[in-house]
Amino acid sequence: MTKLEAVIQPARFEAVKDALIEIGVEGMTVIEVRGHGRQKGHTEFYRGREYIVDLLPKVKIEAVIPDAMVDKAVTTITEAARTGKIGDGKIFLSRIDDAVRIRNDERGENAL
Amino acid sequence: MRLVKKLLPWFFLLFAATLTAQPAPAAPDAPTIAQLQQHIADAKGSADNAWMLMCSALVLLMTGPGLALFYGGLVRKKNVLGTMMQSFAMMALITVVWAIIGYSLCFGSGNGFIGGVEHAFLHAVGAAPDADYATTIPQQTFMIYQLMFAIITPALICGAFAERMKFSAMLLFMTLWSLIVYAPMAHMVWGKGGFLNASLGGRFPTLDFAGGTVVHITSGLSALICALYLGRRVGFPKEAMPPHSVVLSFIGACLLWVGWFGFNAGSALNAGSLATSAFIATHFAAATAAIGWAGAEWIRNGKPSVLGAISGSVAGLVAITPAAGFVRPMSALLIGLIAGVFCYVMVAVVKAHLGYDDSLDAFGVHGAGGTIGALLTGVFASSLVNPVFKDARGHVLPVGMIEGNFRQLGNQAIGVLIAIVLAVVGTSLILMVVNFTIGLRVSTEEEAQGLDLTQHGEEGYYWEASMP
Repeated sequence: MTKLEAVIQPARFEAVKDALIEIGVEGMTVIEVRGHGRQKGHTEFYRGREYIVDLLPKVKIEAVIPDAMVDKAVTTITEAARTGKIGDGKIFLSRIDDAVRIRNDERGENAL
Repeated sequence: MRLVKKLLPWFFLLFAATLTAQPAPAAPDAPTIAQLQQHIADAKGSADNAWMLMCSALVLLMTGPGLALFYGGLVRKKNVLGTMMQSFAMMALITVVWAIIGYSLCFGSGNGFIGGVEHAFLHAVGAAPDADYATTIPQQTFMIYQLMFAIITPALICGAFAERMKFSAMLLFMTLWSLIVYAPMAHMVWGKGGFLNASLGGRFPTLDFAGGTVVHITSGLSALICALYLGRRVGFPKEAMPPHSVVLSFIGACLLWVGWFGFNAGSALNAGSLATSAFIATHFAAATAAIGWAGAEWIRNGKPSVLGAISGSVAGLVAITPAAGFVRPMSALLIGLIAGVFCYVMVAVVKAHLGYDDSLDAFGVHGAGGTIGALLTGVFASSLVNPVFKDARGHVLPVGMIEGNFRQLGNQAIGVLIAIVLAVVGTSLILMVVNFTIGLRVSTEEEAQGLDLTQHGEEGYYWEASMP
């Protein structure tokens, strides 16, 4: 099993979600977050005072998926989330040892 | 239709018959004329009273929700309720102070500097008009209208010490301020025998139609003293403290604009043509000031901001307040434009340069806008709008500098100077008294937590992730 964490532009979220469901990702957890990578931020002015806003709103999607699906999921996300501009986000992949379905104690990939 | 056509001639016949049947009109006898004059006076009185009660409500609308929303949006999320409560508390507290003694100190006879105590507890304030102030409305109406001014003036100061003053200290400060600073200034400019009163024979007649000196210079300068005396907010200016909701401020500013018609046009104290003139001047100045401020931003930062546009309109409304009943529409356009740019420079350039933390720019908008407005009133006041000065034979004399009365600018400056001195001295004394008795500022930890939780035990935006 692999945990996939994708930090993306909020404006691309709906497209990414729909594409993931289409390829058969069974579940996901979505969090509204703030952050920045190389994009840094932008400047805002309030009554002449300059504020540098370096943490920008992003959406983070977490999904744990069977290993067989990982490549397809990554391609799907990059295609749906890409605008080509700086600030499109990142995908992080990590190994998951086990999973438990709370309703009936199923383990491993069966629990996904 | 056919029936009507058939009957029409008969109607004419009937009408003609009634005309001829009427007896020749007799010459009206004297009591009838007196009665008619009384009816006319009553009708005018009712019209004026209806307008003035409406204006009283409009001026209250400026404080709550207008100013409460305007200021509430500008602070950080943790202080939104505390800031709104400061405005709202004035609506309750100053009303009581006013009823007990405030009205009398402002509008009682007294001397040139402060009113007497003959109207304490609103004694002898009834349905009969006070001919010195407004001949057609009950003195009670005049009293409640002026109360709304006394409420908003201290509420304006709250912008300077936002996010760091104890609620109890604020209540004590405002009670004292209302009596020590507001009452003498209002009496000097508007009260009978007032030292600066232009229409009731003051020593230095200062033109202040709706409160440029009384309301905006006193509150603006007091705000500056508060900001200096209390010191900066923890983290200012290093930490970012942007407004938590320009949306709230936007609604507040638009309500201020509407309420200001009651403030300025109502200061005519009747529903006549002077009220119309003041209404137009008010609106025009707000418009050009919004353009002035936002335009200055556009040139300097590349973008005109919403906060800039609404702050500009408020600055224009402040500046036109003393001038509203004296200037023509084109002068109002100019006053607004000057005020919008001037206040932007005061807030965005001068404040940043000097480094004081006038958190919501009560001084930059009300102090600066009030001063420029009071001086420009001396320049643009026109006898065509308001023939306020007349010689002994009743001939209209020039009023403003544009009509050749250069002395008026000097008188305006004296009024401004007295307002500044009174505000600075009075506020400094009151701040010292409050600081040494109950203390002015919340603790550093309380400031970090916010006024909402520490002063009122509430949150403006109660939110928990688990809530359904």
